[in-house]
Amino acid sequence: MLKVLSGNHSAAFGALLSRVNFVAAYPITPQTQIIEKLSEFVDTGLLDAKYIRVESEHSAMAACVGASATGARAFTASSSHGLIYMAEMTFWASASRLPIVMAISCRALGPPWNIGNEHTDILALRDAGWVQIFVENNQEVLDSVIQAYRIAEDERVLLPVMIGLDAFTLSHTSEPVEIPSQEMVDQFLPPRSDKPYLLSPENPFTFGNMSNPTEHMELRFMHHTAVRNAKNVILEVDKKWEALFGRSYGGLLDEFMCKDAEVVVVSIGASSGDAKEAANILRNEGIKAGVLRVRVIRPFPSEEVRDVLSRVKAVAVVDRNLSPGSGGILVSEVKNALYGLRSKPFVKGYILGLGGRDVTVEDYQAIFRKTLKSYEEGDDRADWVNLNLEVLDR
Amino acid sequence: MSLQIKELDRKEYLLPGHTACPGCPAAMGLRLLGKALGGNMILVIPASCATIIQGAFPKTSLTVPLINVPFASSAAIASGISETLDLQHKDVPVVVFAGDGGTGDIGLQALSGAAERGENIIYICYDNEGYENTGIQRSCSTPYGAWTTTTIKGKPEKRKDIPSIIAAHGVPYVATASVSYPLDFIDKVRKSSKIRGLKYIHLHAPCPTGWRFPSEKTIEVGRLAVLTGTWILYEIEYGSFRLTGPSRSLLDRGKRKQVEEYLKAQGRFKHLNNEMIKRIKEEVESKWEEVKGLTLRGERGSHL
Repeated sequence: MLKVLSGNHSAAFGALLSRVNFVAAYPITPQTQIIEKLSEFVDTGLLDAKYIRVESEHSAMAACVGASATGARAFTASSSHGLIYMAEMTFWASASRLPIVMAISCRALGPPWNIGNEHTDILALRDAGWVQIFVENNQEVLDSVIQAYRIAEDERVLLPVMIGLDAFTLSHTSEPVEIPSQEMVDQFLPPRSDKPYLLSPENPFTFGNMSNPTEHMELRFMHHTAVRNAKNVILEVDKKWEALFGRSYGGLLDEFMCKDAEVVVVSIGASSGDAKEAANILRNEGIKAGVLRVRVIRPFPSEEVRDVLSRVKAVAVVDRNLSPGSGGILVSEVKNALYGLRSKPFVKGYILGLGGRDVTVEDYQAIFRKTLKSYEEGDDRADWVNLNLEVLDR
Repeated sequence: MSLQIKELDRKEYLLPGHTACPGCPAAMGLRLLGKALGGNMILVIPASCATIIQGAFPKTSLTVPLINVPFASSAAIASGISETLDLQHKDVPVVVFAGDGGTGDIGLQALSGAAERGENIIYICYDNEGYENTGIQRSCSTPYGAWTTTTIKGKPEKRKDIPSIIAAHGVPYVATASVSYPLDFIDKVRKSSKIRGLKYIHLHAPCPTGWRFPSEKTIEVGRLAVLTGTWILYEIEYGSFRLTGPSRSLLDRGKRKQVEEYLKAQGRFKHLNNEMIKRIKEEVESKWEEVKGLTLRGERGSHL
């Protein structure tokens, strides 16, 4: 069934079709419509789930931890300050190896207050031990939420998954979205199993008591290995999804005309679509441009990124986020991946679109051109796109 | 006929070899809790002395299903567990066993939320009147005048009345208890396990390490707290207040022991001057005045 849906409602439909049976929710712009829609699904009897309206995001994730540890298929959503407020519980959820899924409508952090699109919130939690998937359009939002449970509950993974979608560009923008039938989704996603351990009166375990240095590192190694294992599982899930529903997102990476490209923009999220359009325009001018959309931030697909970019002359990494004092987070990840190459491509980082500032097709055309020019000049200093400090003197 | 010691479950749910300090009231609370419910529960324990008492992986001293959780999250995690057990049609009490800091300070928001939502949880706060696990720092529940490592001249503020805060949510059951009166505590745990909604029990837990008294005196100090009227045993069932245990006969000030007797039993109060002692006694008196009003209303059958 084709329906016109916002990104937020696509996430809610994804949770509905995944037959989640526990939702803990707290509102925050721009995510709120996700939990509103789910509340409606539950109250109208469309979704058979416990839905608790908690008093904070910290408690939303805590309640999901309790529910998931007891065997529920738990879902929540957040944004920005809400996500950072629940940060403690996100670390707890992943080290507890609980297959929770959370949708994040990514938004800037204050002060000053700003509800605009930015990826700093979700990327600040890249070390929280979750699988992190970033999407480009509303269809991918819906599909990825369902896929996320399949990945999270795979016994090689057993980890929580975050789905990142751009504030407003996706969260509040409506697009036609194909809603798969429940029957087909059930075929793709079986009910959650009670393996390996659940909190249960019949089978008492102590969860999470103190560990000694003699085993803590080993537990962290297993956690790290599980996140790495998710790479293959994500690829398998993408293939299985394609076989059933005819749609593929490339699994870890979404390559757009990278095969013969001399200059490639590496990006995350919705504005990758604008980058692709800019690449098309430049191709018409004879410039071999390509776009590499990184779909999975954790586990970071280092080998795959290296493989694609090893053939490229110049790389532009665009970051809609900021790690102050370091720079863009994605560029740092990409450079980390490329270090092992004997012959490395030229890499230039760009900071853009913070706090909801518009990023246009023209901006991406300029980035492609500037990267080629900087390559000739050997200038790999990071650039802030459309920075105008004079506005602060007004 | 009230509960007798000999009727209690002989089985131990907190095993010997646990790693509590000698004379630890939290260990006593866990032991009594196990016996009260015959081990039938899912236990939620936030960062606290009760984290340590279990011992380290791969061993555990508690035989009931148990989840350790971050400091501020107990009531929310317990909510998730309780709702899921409901989905699974399992009728098992979910019990939080948290300290006073984890309840009245950092955990209060989650507890207030769970209370307002009417989550089906038994929440037990074992109150050792400070952050004893981190080495005796003041909490909201540290009483006026008490020495801690962060109030070396004595705490200048009076304690937060956590049970009254929870009672103000209109939950079906709130009670105070003391490790020194085990049958009263067990009775309250059992009663709360038969009520649906959020049940709150505030368990007074004299800590030899933090309060500076010999480890064999825990029960004695807890009794002095009750018999001097400094700690009052009561329950509020569906809004109806009543005194329990020895506190029933202490409305008359003349029947109470002198507050000084309780204070002198503990090193944390040894620096008190007469003025500070006077203030403590006034606070005890004013709480009893409040209780007197509640008791009279209870006798008339009117609710809070």
